[in-house]
Amino acid sequence: MAIPSIASTDPAAGPGGPAVARRGDRGLLGGLSPRSSFILRRLGRLLVSLVIVVIATFLIVQLVPGDPVRAALGNSATPELVERTRADLGLDVPVPEQFVNYVSGLLRGDMGTAIGSQRSVSDTIAQRFPITLTLAVAAFLVAALGAFPIGVATAVSSRTGRHRLADLGISGLLGVLIAIPSLLFAVGLIAVFSIGLGVLPAAGWGSFQQAVLPVIALAVGPMAYLARLVHVEMLSVLEMPYMTTARSKRLPTHLVYLRHALPNMVTSTLTIGGIMLTGMVAGTVLIETVFAIPGLGTSIVSSITSKDYPMIQGVVLVYAMLVLGLNLLIDVALATIDPRSSITEG
Amino acid sequence: MSPRPTASPLLDRLRTPRGVTGAVGALAIIVVAVIAPTVWGSAADTTSVADRLTGASLAHPFGTDELGRDVFARVMVATRVSVLLTLGATAISVIGGVLLGAVATVLPRPIRRLVTALIDILLSFPWLLMALFFSVIWGASATGAMLAVGFAGVPTFARLTYTLASSLVGRDYVKAARIAGVGQVEVLVKHVLPNMLPPMLVNAAVSASGTLLAFAGLSFLGLGVQAPEYDWGRLLGLGIARIYGNPMAAIGPGIALVVCGVIFTQLGELWNESSKRLLGLPAPVRRGPGVSVQPLAEPTAPEEPVVQVRDLRVAFPDRNGDLVERVHGISLTIMPGEVVGVVGESGSGKSVSAMAIAALLGPDSAVTASELSFRGIDMTAPLTNAERSRLGLELAMVFQDPLTSLNPSLSIGKQLRETVEVHEGLSKAASTKRAEEALESVRIPLAAKRLRQYPHELSGGMRQRAMIGMGLMGRPKLLIADEPTTALDVTVQRQVLRVLHEAQLRTGAAILLISHDIALVSGFCDRILVMKDGRIVESLDADRLHEARHPYTQGLIACVPDMTSDRTMPLPVIGALGALRQGQEPLVEGPDGERLTTTEGQRA
Repeated sequence: MAIPSIASTDPAAGPGGPAVARRGDRGLLGGLSPRSSFILRRLGRLLVSLVIVVIATFLIVQLVPGDPVRAALGNSATPELVERTRADLGLDVPVPEQFVNYVSGLLRGDMGTAIGSQRSVSDTIAQRFPITLTLAVAAFLVAALGAFPIGVATAVSSRTGRHRLADLGISGLLGVLIAIPSLLFAVGLIAVFSIGLGVLPAAGWGSFQQAVLPVIALAVGPMAYLARLVHVEMLSVLEMPYMTTARSKRLPTHLVYLRHALPNMVTSTLTIGGIMLTGMVAGTVLIETVFAIPGLGTSIVSSITSKDYPMIQGVVLVYAMLVLGLNLLIDVALATIDPRSSITEG
Repeated sequence: MSPRPTASPLLDRLRTPRGVTGAVGALAIIVVAVIAPTVWGSAADTTSVADRLTGASLAHPFGTDELGRDVFARVMVATRVSVLLTLGATAISVIGGVLLGAVATVLPRPIRRLVTALIDILLSFPWLLMALFFSVIWGASATGAMLAVGFAGVPTFARLTYTLASSLVGRDYVKAARIAGVGQVEVLVKHVLPNMLPPMLVNAAVSASGTLLAFAGLSFLGLGVQAPEYDWGRLLGLGIARIYGNPMAAIGPGIALVVCGVIFTQLGELWNESSKRLLGLPAPVRRGPGVSVQPLAEPTAPEEPVVQVRDLRVAFPDRNGDLVERVHGISLTIMPGEVVGVVGESGSGKSVSAMAIAALLGPDSAVTASELSFRGIDMTAPLTNAERSRLGLELAMVFQDPLTSLNPSLSIGKQLRETVEVHEGLSKAASTKRAEEALESVRIPLAAKRLRQYPHELSGGMRQRAMIGMGLMGRPKLLIADEPTTALDVTVQRQVLRVLHEAQLRTGAAILLISHDIALVSGFCDRILVMKDGRIVESLDADRLHEARHPYTQGLIACVPDMTSDRTMPLPVIGALGALRQGQEPLVEGPDGERLTTTEGQRA
């Protein structure tokens, strides 16, 4: 199914938009049923990805030019303090031993101690992670629940060609919403609802009112993008011969669309939806900073600025694992929902 | 496909609204980037204690900052830095991606697979996360951020390069170069890379707008451009910090970002434009005024025709929205139990006519007829619910490709059952029982198991028989089969036709069989209609085919090879006017009885 190249301009989506070509391995697992070999391949991929992520986060400290400990503590720190901190961080032993310590620490759930606060990195993350997850999941739900009705309705309406002006208007509006990145949308929302109307708070986290603007800011761009995808997919599904078959059965309209059309666009929409969801996870970094939300995003920014490497390693690792976990969830959902996914995915 | 091809397709595209905005926008960015530091430089750097932190005014459209500097001037001056850093990062992404992707294509197979797997894994991480990772390593600075954003984009372009290069490597001219002894690297540089340039440019331009915003994001987070330098992202961050005092200080840089991002996107789409129009909305064409007719006397009266068509015309909008008539006033009658074949080449309007009879043409078609009825139901008027139910049960369709005409996401059972469940209110158990009977009657063994399967689990012939079985679920009075055997191989064709024949005998339904194959139709049907260019040119009983008068029909019949055909001669071909040519022999009489010469046949 052709996914049209709608240019994404959300920074979280990256250049060229979410056009991810996926390739699986073939042959090795030939004896298994398509579905279980599909899941096994994906699990294997997850494992490899995890290894890469762990190595990459470990390498952060090694790749920083110069002395990371000196950089973290600043030029005013005494040589004794630098050496003591180096020993505390376990950076005074050979690199292979550091790696073994790093991995065994991770397996115990120990990510070290933050240089700045001297608090356990794991504790800080455990405290902040739920906030970020809530923000991302809430925004995704808003985006998905908004996109489907809009996309389906505009596709059906533009096919009959009866409300041409309204179709053009909505299509144009979606285009504008896609073009505005979440960061700027957040600014606009604050300007209108916090400053202009004064109805919703512009910062903080904890109450429902405080969550409204961040969730909307994070959700609107992906929602518009997904709605447009649903629109395009729906139009192409409506042209398929099996839709003529369904119409030839003279089924009620809602059955034609819900039973015959919708399941056939789930695969592509879910694939792109998954990529968007991971993009939204990264997008929380910007949104949390704008709205001063005490999640993982604000902590990664502050720790990068203060060169608090144990904290950076921990947060990057958690973000990456969250992305990988979401990818796996989407894959399993695909394999469950679509009877063909294990076949079309080669 | 542009209607008036000019010397340069790009110039042609520049005349479109998108082309104009793209070109003017790009020019504006360049001009502002070049002159801004000279024109607004002093206003951007002049501090003034008296003008500190003022709001938007005529003198200062975006207000002033904490040192009294004009924010509007700073936004304009920041254009150069923002655009240059964006272009730099995009260049890093493209060059790095092309290198990695190109190298991957020439690597030995095991290493190649490893590299592409790695690229795919990197691609699954959001770009911002990658940029953050790299900016840890290179530090919070403009150069560090440029490297970070650039490197984060490398996997995207590496994947694009690899995909494009792999597809190009398979092309004939590349294979030819290989065979001619050109080395792998030389093939890549001389033949593959130049051909990748256009799609690369499109993607680079489109991704530049993403890069611009990503860069702004990093600077906003304090990880990009550092004081005293400033780009739009940093101005945005400073503006947000005091958004309650002066919202314009944040909105101003935001506007600059959106405008610039849209222009980059427009430039990318400009290259892409002519081939595919995104979300092209069909021209507004209303359904033509259907001529309502008096309903026929009594639908169940004996020997009332199943289908009565008089002067059916079907038109579709062309590219400009003008209606073009494709079926020019055909008339036909189908009696109960009659098997009628419609033959004609593709484009003759036979399928369109059948779909019009079933009232299944899309909303953009314009159907008119002085009569178009199915068992007393006026098919040109809006259908009542009762009429819809009757149609669902009594009028069944079988299409050409059973793989696409069965819904891939629904089990066979569900697709069979739903007609009677909806229109007769049958319970699931009752409808399942009937579905099993229907499958058995179309010679599908293990019906209960097949009902639980999905279309892709059945063979082509079995799918088509299931499709016929679906039509037998109600109480069919007419079965429209549109090229039901064309997508199947010959042995399966016979099977499907036999099932169709048995279904006709058992249910007494009439059949309208559409085909381009006169041999198939003549063996199966009672009566044959020959269609050409939207008209019925001949109507014949199947056993009187040899009496065909129209040269086109004669041509169709003569085209069927039999045991007596001379195998040393080329197969016959029908000319555009219906004249037949076989080898160099003029064989057929024209409509006026004159013999067509070879030259006339060729001219036609």
